[in-house]
Amino acid sequence: MTAAERPTPEGGPGAAAPEAPLYVDLDAAIRETPVAEALAQLEDDLIGLRPVKERVREIAGLLLLGKVRERAGLQTERPTLHMSFTGRPGTGKTTVAMRMARILHLLGYVRKGHLVVATRDDLVGQYVGHTAPKTKEVVKRAMGGVLFIDEAYYLYRPENERDYGQEAIEMLLQVMENHREDLVVILAGYGDRMDTFFRSNPGFHSRIAHHLEFPDYSADELMTIAEGMVAQQQYRFDDGSRAAFREYIARRMRQPHFANARSMRNAIDRIKLRQASRLLASAGRVAVDELRRIDAADVRASRVFREE
Amino acid sequence: MRVTQGTFSFLPDLTDDEIRAQVQYCLDHDWPISIEWTDDPHPRNYYWEMWGNPMFDVKDAAAVMLELAACRRAHPEVYVRVSGYDRRLGRQTTAISFIVQRPAEEPGFRLVREEGADRQVRYSTIAYATDKPAGQRYAPRT
Amino acid sequence: MAGKHASHGSEPRSRWAAGVAPYAEMGYYQPDYEPKPTDILCAFRFVPQDGVDPVEAAAAVAGESSTATWTVVWTDRLTAHEHYQAKCYRVVPVPGTDQHIAYIAYDLDLFEEGSIANLTSSIIGNVFGFKALKSLRLEDMRIPPHYTKTFQGPAHGIVMEREYLNKYGRPLLGATTKPKLGLSARNYGRVVYEALRGGLDFVKDDENINSQPFMRWRDRFLFCMEAVNKAQAATGEIKGHYLNVTAGTMEEMYERADFAKQLGSVIVMIDLTIGYTAIQSMAKWARKHGVILHLHRAGHSTYTRQKTHGVSFRVIAKWMRLAGVDHIHAGTVVGKLEGDPATTKGYYHTLRDDKVAADPSIGLYFEQDWASMPAVMPVASGGIHAGQMHTLLHLLGEDVVLQFGGGTIGHPDGIAEGATANRVAVEAMIQARNAGRDYLHEGPDILAAAARWSPSLKKALEIWKDITFDFQSTDVPDAVVTPT
Repeated sequence: MTAAERPTPEGGPGAAAPEAPLYVDLDAAIRETPVAEALAQLEDDLIGLRPVKERVREIAGLLLLGKVRERAGLQTERPTLHMSFTGRPGTGKTTVAMRMARILHLLGYVRKGHLVVATRDDLVGQYVGHTAPKTKEVVKRAMGGVLFIDEAYYLYRPENERDYGQEAIEMLLQVMENHREDLVVILAGYGDRMDTFFRSNPGFHSRIAHHLEFPDYSADELMTIAEGMVAQQQYRFDDGSRAAFREYIARRMRQPHFANARSMRNAIDRIKLRQASRLLASAGRVAVDELRRIDAADVRASRVFREE
Repeated sequence: MRVTQGTFSFLPDLTDDEIRAQVQYCLDHDWPISIEWTDDPHPRNYYWEMWGNPMFDVKDAAAVMLELAACRRAHPEVYVRVSGYDRRLGRQTTAISFIVQRPAEEPGFRLVREEGADRQVRYSTIAYATDKPAGQRYAPRT
Repeated sequence: MAGKHASHGSEPRSRWAAGVAPYAEMGYYQPDYEPKPTDILCAFRFVPQDGVDPVEAAAAVAGESSTATWTVVWTDRLTAHEHYQAKCYRVVPVPGTDQHIAYIAYDLDLFEEGSIANLTSSIIGNVFGFKALKSLRLEDMRIPPHYTKTFQGPAHGIVMEREYLNKYGRPLLGATTKPKLGLSARNYGRVVYEALRGGLDFVKDDENINSQPFMRWRDRFLFCMEAVNKAQAATGEIKGHYLNVTAGTMEEMYERADFAKQLGSVIVMIDLTIGYTAIQSMAKWARKHGVILHLHRAGHSTYTRQKTHGVSFRVIAKWMRLAGVDHIHAGTVVGKLEGDPATTKGYYHTLRDDKVAADPSIGLYFEQDWASMPAVMPVASGGIHAGQMHTLLHLLGEDVVLQFGGGTIGHPDGIAEGATANRVAVEAMIQARNAGRDYLHEGPDILAAAARWSPSLKKALEIWKDITFDFQSTDVPDAVVTPT
C-alpha cells in the first residue's frame, strides 16, 4: 500500500484536506489505460518504421506522465500536440496517424479519436468567400479527433498572392491555437517541401510540438510488407515468384515515383491481373491452389523488368 | 413570462457545459444537430431560421458549440434553439429540441377572444413582440 | 403430449364426451401444418374439463373459432372446407399447472378486410363459452402485414403527434381532472387551466365524464377550451385537453367531436366501451379532421386481468393499433392498477415498435411486423407521482404520456405547483440521463438536487415520498429470465 492509499481515520485531522500524496504507482497508471496494448499493436502490425515507433512511444509516455502528474495535483499545462509527419509517399504516415489518434483518445487528449484526412482541395475554395466555410466544415468534422492534412505545403502558393490557400492557413493557425483541446492537427508531406513550407509560415512551425520523420523502407521490409498483403488476399508466392519479386523491388526502388508500400500494393494488384489472364488462357481444370499461386512469369511480365 | 417550449424550459437556463453534454448525447446517437433562431415565439411557429444546414458529419460537441457561439454573436437578442434529428426509419423526426438563448425580456402573448353566437369564442394567440417589425422586436442586449 | 388422441371411442364416455365431436380427426389438429406468412396466428391458454384430451380440446377451439359446429354437417362438403378450417398446429403444456397453450393458424380468407368486429366475432365469438373447456384465454395474435394493410391504423401516430404539438425528447405529461364526478363546467375548467399553466401538456376527462346532469358536455367543452387557450397564451406552448366524446349513439359522438374540432381542440377522447366499430369510425373521423384520438380502456380488466380466462391486453393493444387510436392507456407498472413490469413492457413494444420480436419473457408469443403502421402513444395513468420519475422513465421510456392526476391536483400549494413539480422532475431526469448519469440509481439524488431550486418539486417529494402500490400481479409471463 502506498502512502496515498493509506486511509485517514474518519473525521481525523487529515479528513478535511487530503494530504498531497508522496508516491504514485506508475505501473498501475500504465495498466489502467489500454495504451500499452495500442503501442504493442503498433509494434506488431507495422513493419519497420523503427524511429517512428520510438517517437510515438516517447510521446505516449510524456502524455501518460502528464495525466499522472495531473492526478498527483502537480501543475500541468495541456501540452501542444500538433505534429508534422514527413516522409515519402507510402511510408505509413496515414496509418500511423490513425494509430496516433487512437492513442491520444485512450490517454484522454482527444474526446473521440477519429481521423479526418484532408488535402488542399477539401480546404480551399475557388471563389471569394468559399474557403472559410470549407475549412470550417473540415475542422468541425475533425473536432474530437485528429485532422491530418496531406501535402500541407500545397496550401501555400507564394507565386499567386491572391491564392485562397492563405485564408485556410490563417484559419488553421487560429484553430491550432484556440482549439487545442478540441482537435490535434497533423501536417504531412515530403520532408524537403515541408521545410520550405515551415520557413515561409513560421506560425505553423512554432505551433508544432512533434516532428516525426518517416524513413523509406528497406528492400527486406518491402518484401515483408508485400508478403503480408499477398497472404491477406489469400494468394501466395512460390519460390520462383518470390525471387522475381525481390528483384522487382530492387529495380522499382531505383525508378522515379517510387512510393514504398503503396508501390507494393499497386504491383500486387497488377500481378493479380496477370495471374487471372494466365489462368483463363490456359483454361481446362485448375487445382484450387493454382488460384492462389503467383507464378514468376506473372511478376516478370512487369515493365519494370523491361526498362533498364 | 417565460416561453416554455422545448425539452428543458422548466430547468434554469442551461450553461454551455450543460448544452455541450446534451449535444454530445445527440451526436453519440448519430443525430445531426440543427441550430435555429427566431424573433417570433408563437407556439405554432414551426420553422425558425436555420443557422446553416444541419451538422451531419460532426462527432464532437465542440464543433456545434463553435457554431452556437457564432449564431449567438450574430443574433444576441432573440430565441435560439438546438435540435437533434433522428433519421431512422419509423422516426425521421426531431428527437430533442431545447432553447439555448432567450431575449432578456419575454413580453409573452396576447389572447384575442372573438365572441360569437351560442357562447362560442374564437381564440388567437399573438406574440406581443410581433407587434413590431422583424429585426426590432427585442431590445439589444446591454 | 401432442401424440395419440384417437382413443375417445374406446374410453368410458365422460360427462363431457357426449357434446364433443372428434375435432382433431376432422382436420382441426394438424401437427405438421406449417403456418403460411399470410395466416393469422393465435395462442390460446386453456384448461380442458377433466377427462378431455388437451389435443382434442385444442382442436375444438380451432374448430369452434372457425368452421365447425358440434356435429358433422353434410353441407361442409359443398365447400373447400380444408381451406377454411383453422388448424391447431401445436399444443404445449404450461409446467406446474393444468393449463395448455394451443397455437392455431387461421387462413386470411376467414376475415373481412379492415374489420375488428369481424375478426373478433370469428376468433372470440362463441368459443369462450364452450362447455368442454374450463377456461380459455386469447394470449396473443400474430397479424400478418397482408391483413394489417387493410386497416387505417392510428389517425396520426407518435411522430405526427409530436410534430403537431412541437414537443420532443421527453415524455408528455398529463392529468385527469379530479374529482371524477360533480364539478360544474366552470370549476372543471379552472382545474384544467391551473394544471396546463403549471406545466402539463394535457389534461383529460375521466372515462365516465360524458354528459351528466351536473355538467353537460357542451358546457364542459366551452370552459375547457377557454382554459386551454388561456394556458397556451400564458406559456407559449401548445396545450390540449382530451374532450371525452363518448356517448350513446354514433350520431351523438360525431356531434360532440365536431364541436370539439370547431373549438380548436387538438385532441378528443373515447372509451373502449363504445365498441370496436365505433372506435374505427372515430379513428377515421380523427384522421379526416386532424384531431388526435385518445382511447381510455374502460372496462378492459373484466376480461384482460385473469390469467386463465379472457383476452390478454396485448391482443387488445394490437386490435386498437389496427383500429386507429393515437393514445391508449397501457399501464404504469408502479401505479395503483394491475401491471407486471415484464408484461407491461410487452404491451409497450407492441404499441410503439414497427417490428416486434417474439419474446416469452415479456409475454410475446409471436413476432409482429406492423409494416410501417404508425405507433400508438401509450398512456400511463393511475397512482403515479413525481418521486417515481426515474423508475417511470426507465420502465416506460420517452414516448409515453405520464398522467399524474392526484399527483398534480393533490399538491398542497395548488394545482399549478403540482404540475410544475412533475415537469421539473421529468426535465431534470431527461437532462441527467442524456448527460450520462446512471439516472435509475441516482434518481432520488437527481430529484433532490432539482428540489433545491424548485419549491414545487420539494413539496411534492415530501408529501408523496412513501406512496407505493406493491401488490402481486395476476397477469405475469410464464417464462422467467434466469439471471446468468
